[in-house]
Amino acid sequence: MSAPDPRDVARYVDEVAPLLDLLVPPECREGVVRNLVGLLAAGDLLRDFPLGGEETAPVFEP
Amino acid sequence: MRARDALGVVADVRARRVTARETVLTALARIRARDPGLNCFSTVLEEAAVRDAAAVDAALDAGRDPGPLAGAPFAVKNLFDVRGQVTLAGSRINAGNAAASRDATVVARLRGAGAVLLGALNMDEYAFGFTTENSHYGPTRNPHDSSRVAGGSSGGSAAAVAGGLVPFTLGSDTNGSIRVPASLCGIYGLKPTYGRLSRAGAALFGISFDHVGPLAASVRDLAAAYDVMQGPDPADPVCADRGIEPCLPMLDDGTESLRIAVAEGHFASRGEPEVFAAVESVAKALGAVRRVTIEENERARAAATIITASEGASLHMDDLRARPLDFDRMTRDRFLAGALLPAALYVRAQRFRSWYRAQVREIFREVDVLLVPTTPFPAPRIGQDTITVGGVEVPARPMLGLYTQPLSFVGLPVISVPVAGPGQLPVGVQLVAAPWCEAALFRVAALLERDGVVAARIVPRPPSER
Repeated sequence: MSAPDPRDVARYVDEVAPLLDLLVPPECREGVVRNLVGLLAAGDLLRDFPLGGEETAPVFEP
Repeated sequence: MRARDALGVVADVRARRVTARETVLTALARIRARDPGLNCFSTVLEEAAVRDAAAVDAALDAGRDPGPLAGAPFAVKNLFDVRGQVTLAGSRINAGNAAASRDATVVARLRGAGAVLLGALNMDEYAFGFTTENSHYGPTRNPHDSSRVAGGSSGGSAAAVAGGLVPFTLGSDTNGSIRVPASLCGIYGLKPTYGRLSRAGAALFGISFDHVGPLAASVRDLAAAYDVMQGPDPADPVCADRGIEPCLPMLDDGTESLRIAVAEGHFASRGEPEVFAAVESVAKALGAVRRVTIEENERARAAATIITASEGASLHMDDLRARPLDFDRMTRDRFLAGALLPAALYVRAQRFRSWYRAQVREIFREVDVLLVPTTPFPAPRIGQDTITVGGVEVPARPMLGLYTQPLSFVGLPVISVPVAGPGQLPVGVQLVAAPWCEAALFRVAALLERDGVVAARIVPRPPSER
């Protein structure tokens, strides 16, 4: 996977943040996009890895 | 070293060679004199400390046992609740909160054992950092070079020990936040098995990886503090229902029966030569020639980063919505980015964690203790954004977790030991064991300390303070 395009990520931030009732201050936008690019690239690294049926349900005791 | 460690103080207090009150007054004077240059303490509890010390002396006067840590001064990262104090967690936002109504479980257990709490210590905001460059409260400075970071996020906890202010402290570790500052400041730090010590009353960060643990100037102090804090706690759903497994009595048990190996691959690359030399010096002293490889550590770091960002952001979502600019500029963009991560990535990261854990479990069928560098380089300068390692320029702050993050990712117990080398700045080596096998780590650390292979580097006191 190539790294996510920062312009696409910037559009994602602008569209999704308001849906979550998050207002990204203008002085934070560039840093938020840069960090989200890094997190999405980390996600790509995991998407490329073949996982089996690893169980991750949290143990809940009623 | 023994004269100034916590158990040395306890022995003196118990033998009435000195009173707990005198000990605490001396420590408070030292903090007043030295802390302005280090910026470890966010709060000093002078009145309460003197009162608690007097209570230890009164117990001894009355023939009662004040506990195994009688009169030992300590301090805690300011994310632990201390009754009557506001728990800052390195933030300005929390400064408006009500004071804590009770001590965190581990703080209460230490105080119950006779240790005397002197105050609360600086940290990265909400534990989201490896350097303790806190914009609200200032950076904590490395006692061995005040132009350099102390490491983080438990930077105040490490620098207070290395600076000779207190013999032991408490910190927390999500991705390396006890081990990194212990390495950069040249002291011992224990991140126990996930679930070993109660987190009740500690501000959380990444709930899947949050651990609490001690930092100390000697192995026996590390063990003494750890032993007192062990045990189940219904107030923490993560804390395991296990009995206390004391490590202090096992320090002289030796390492003959332990299978010890050096981790290679990821853990033997992308660092400065001196950190690998430190690992080799420990391996040589232990006669460890076996090499083992843990696979997929970069993916482990990626998964740990995603989980931490998601869980950290979700804990602070209300404040991210209402007052994002009140966060530290060092954390706010990362918290906001974490809040925007798709849930599917988080779940994928947790699934990878299960895969990685299964691999590590197999390795620990063949090995008891693994040797791994703690940090890829000694302390960077305060404000330093990038560092060149092996001719490659990399971001300095996240790289500090290169070797710690994959291990806390699966909750393994680790002691970072300070290697006694000729280098100007300290570096640490991680001793890593299978879950619940802290005792093996203490046996190895004690042997290395006894043989002079590792030693805490504490800034010498001026003659006037001796």
